[in-house]
Amino acid sequence: MSNLRSLTFDAIIIGGGGSGLRAALELAKSGKKTAVLSKVFPTRSHTVSAQGGITCAIASADPNDDWRWHMYDTVKGGDYIADQDAAEYMCSEGPKAVFELEHMGLPFSRFDNGRIYQRPFGGQSKNFGEGGQAARTCAAADRTGHALLHTLYQNNLKNNTTFLNEWYAVDLVKNANGDVVGCIAMCIETGEVVHVKSKATVLATGGAGRIYASTTNALINTGDGIGMALRAGFPMQDMEMWQFHPTGIYGAGTLVTEGCRGEGGYLVNKDGERFMERYAPNAKDLAGRDVVARSMVMEILEGRGCGDKGDHVFLKLDHLGEEVLGKRLPGIVELSKTFAHVDPAKDPIPVVPTCHYMMGGIPTNIHGQAITQDESGNDKIVNGLFACGEAACVSVHGANRLGGNSLLDLVVFGRAAGMFIEGALNEGIEYLDASESDIEFAMKRITRWNESEEGGESIPELKAELQDIMQNSFGVFREEKNMQEGVKKLAELRGRIANAHLPDKSNVFNTARVEALELDNLMEVAEATAIAALERKESRGAHSRYDYPDRDDVNWLKHSLYFPATKELKKRDVNFKPKTVDTFEPKVRTY
Amino acid sequence: MSNLQVSVYRYNPETDSAPYMQEFQVDTKGRDLMVLDVLHLMKEQDSGLAYRRSCREGVCGSDGMNMNGKNGLACITPLSDVVKNNKLTLRPLPGLPVIRDMVVDMGLFYKQYERIQPYLQNDTPAPAIERLQSPEERDKLDGLYECILCACCSTSCPSFWWNPDKFVGPAGLLQSYRFLADSRDTATRERLTSLEDPFSVFRCRGIMNCVAVCPKGLNPTRAIGKIREMLLADAT
Repeated sequence: MSNLRSLTFDAIIIGGGGSGLRAALELAKSGKKTAVLSKVFPTRSHTVSAQGGITCAIASADPNDDWRWHMYDTVKGGDYIADQDAAEYMCSEGPKAVFELEHMGLPFSRFDNGRIYQRPFGGQSKNFGEGGQAARTCAAADRTGHALLHTLYQNNLKNNTTFLNEWYAVDLVKNANGDVVGCIAMCIETGEVVHVKSKATVLATGGAGRIYASTTNALINTGDGIGMALRAGFPMQDMEMWQFHPTGIYGAGTLVTEGCRGEGGYLVNKDGERFMERYAPNAKDLAGRDVVARSMVMEILEGRGCGDKGDHVFLKLDHLGEEVLGKRLPGIVELSKTFAHVDPAKDPIPVVPTCHYMMGGIPTNIHGQAITQDESGNDKIVNGLFACGEAACVSVHGANRLGGNSLLDLVVFGRAAGMFIEGALNEGIEYLDASESDIEFAMKRITRWNESEEGGESIPELKAELQDIMQNSFGVFREEKNMQEGVKKLAELRGRIANAHLPDKSNVFNTARVEALELDNLMEVAEATAIAALERKESRGAHSRYDYPDRDDVNWLKHSLYFPATKELKKRDVNFKPKTVDTFEPKVRTY
Repeated sequence: MSNLQVSVYRYNPETDSAPYMQEFQVDTKGRDLMVLDVLHLMKEQDSGLAYRRSCREGVCGSDGMNMNGKNGLACITPLSDVVKNNKLTLRPLPGLPVIRDMVVDMGLFYKQYERIQPYLQNDTPAPAIERLQSPEERDKLDGLYECILCACCSTSCPSFWWNPDKFVGPAGLLQSYRFLADSRDTATRERLTSLEDPFSVFRCRGIMNCVAVCPKGLNPTRAIGKIREMLLADAT
């Protein structure tokens, strides 16, 4: 074991998407010895696929816009289990973070007065829900994520950030006190495995939509950070909360931005009826994503779906005209033609709710510090471990994320984590070194795959099975018996994955080994999701149960906290104490 | 009947003394799959086959490759666009060192991108809000900022094949012009000065392979022409 080469950094950021690059930028500017370790070249990260925009009260479309209105929408959108101190921080700090992006060069679309273009998105209101629809999502056409990710990468180049591109983080290394003191990582190009030592380890590994068979997520979204944290024994928060985006392209799963509806598009059923008028009379097609997705499934289940099988609905855009489509939604026109063989200027796009976003994740405070619970159920900081972006659960999204809040989450909390780590490093951090056995523990998994023998099952088949279980038992609508079966099947699958076979043991750019390691992570995320979904006996936000159709604020106005060692689900208090505004009390959520 | 004949470039430096073409029979079940889907089916047959992929929707730029002689993105190239006589030949992007199978070393390509200082430079103090930019000024960035760094263009460019160390190449120059064209950027003179040697820009011979292959429909040759105009205007 001692022949393992080691690399030493003040901070290691695992993941080169929006939140990782934003954290890295802060640390690179501070002169700390920092590296970004990413399994893909950073601009291939999933942030690049974000389309519609970044929601933020920069008061451009409406000079009177107020971050408190945005905060209200966020808390309501999250069905009241978003932490109000975190939502307050995100919405109030947001404008600063967005203007910084603009100063870095992000090519936002513009209004005639030269300010950043903002479009309406779902769940947005003025004056705490009383003033009608707001237009608060800052956009670079419908390629905002691409523009944002490239801008952040470019500015990291400018600030000489160290990149370990195409490196794969395998597992966290903990010392005898349980502090996180680095990770085991593999250079994909050479196959070399190294011990990365760091005083701060940031998991910015993004989402895990690939646990579902149908998802808008990139193939790389396998929940690597979640898997690493769970194997290290740390809890996950609100893992039952998965967002199904209303408009994934039918068949392909690729995303069609909510901005289409923001620009005036709407959904129709097979009778050509604009059905959202029945489900959400005020906001209609711009209700919360959970509400729209459920309404679509109801239409399909009640026989009003489109197509031969009646298993999707249509998104109508042709009335917007070619000019608006070309100017505001050019990427959507491209995607529709490629993946649906439809020109949206002429024909509607077939769409269906598709797994899109993980609201849950590693519980953190607003500084990105990972949190666990002590024996008496009090919050406890995990030394050395941080998380930001989709991998984290701060929680600003609660039970349902609003469109455009993801990009804001990335930059606000990536930045916050970077600033906090810089301060902590300045004050001095000393943890006990990892022992040989600590390192060996973190090496267990890669060793297991490398020693796997013929006779074990194939990785792609096991992955497909996992995705089908999740799709069938933990989709838009959920129910006890079906979920119990799902949990049982997953437990059995875990045993089979533990014996699966990696046929290719070569070193150089072995993508089969990466996929094997990813499968372990999908398994961890799937099981945490399944158990949390089964145990949360109510319907709230994206978690919708036939057998418990109502929200239960008496028992479940709480975060769920899944502990991997015992596979138990505990509860954690939601923060209702923002610092500068009055608490938003839970109300019945209608749009 | 629906078996597609795929011939794919294989090379694993640990086991192969030379690269070779491997033949696969892929059952497409008659569907007009994307080339990336075909690669997945081939990987199920042989897990050792290495290629990059991420977004599978043409925005991340991971899976640029040479398909029946033409560079493009595997994930947004339907078989019906490239397959001839039921045969598909897949090779890595030309002109870059091969690491393994379809995976090339993009180091030189990225180096040329970094060389043009691909970030906004503005020496005036930033305002409390955003810098203003008119829609007309912003329109000038369309067709430039959308580049996904897939390298399809630069690796189809004979000038880049000859001088990948000295000629910036179409992708890098497209990004160079993206900042030259940005009303918020104040480093125009420095940018032009760094490009005035005989190689950086002037090795472009207007062959336009870059335009023919860009999967995002961008036009690097036009951008290079604009930089040339600026360089010439600057020189007189």
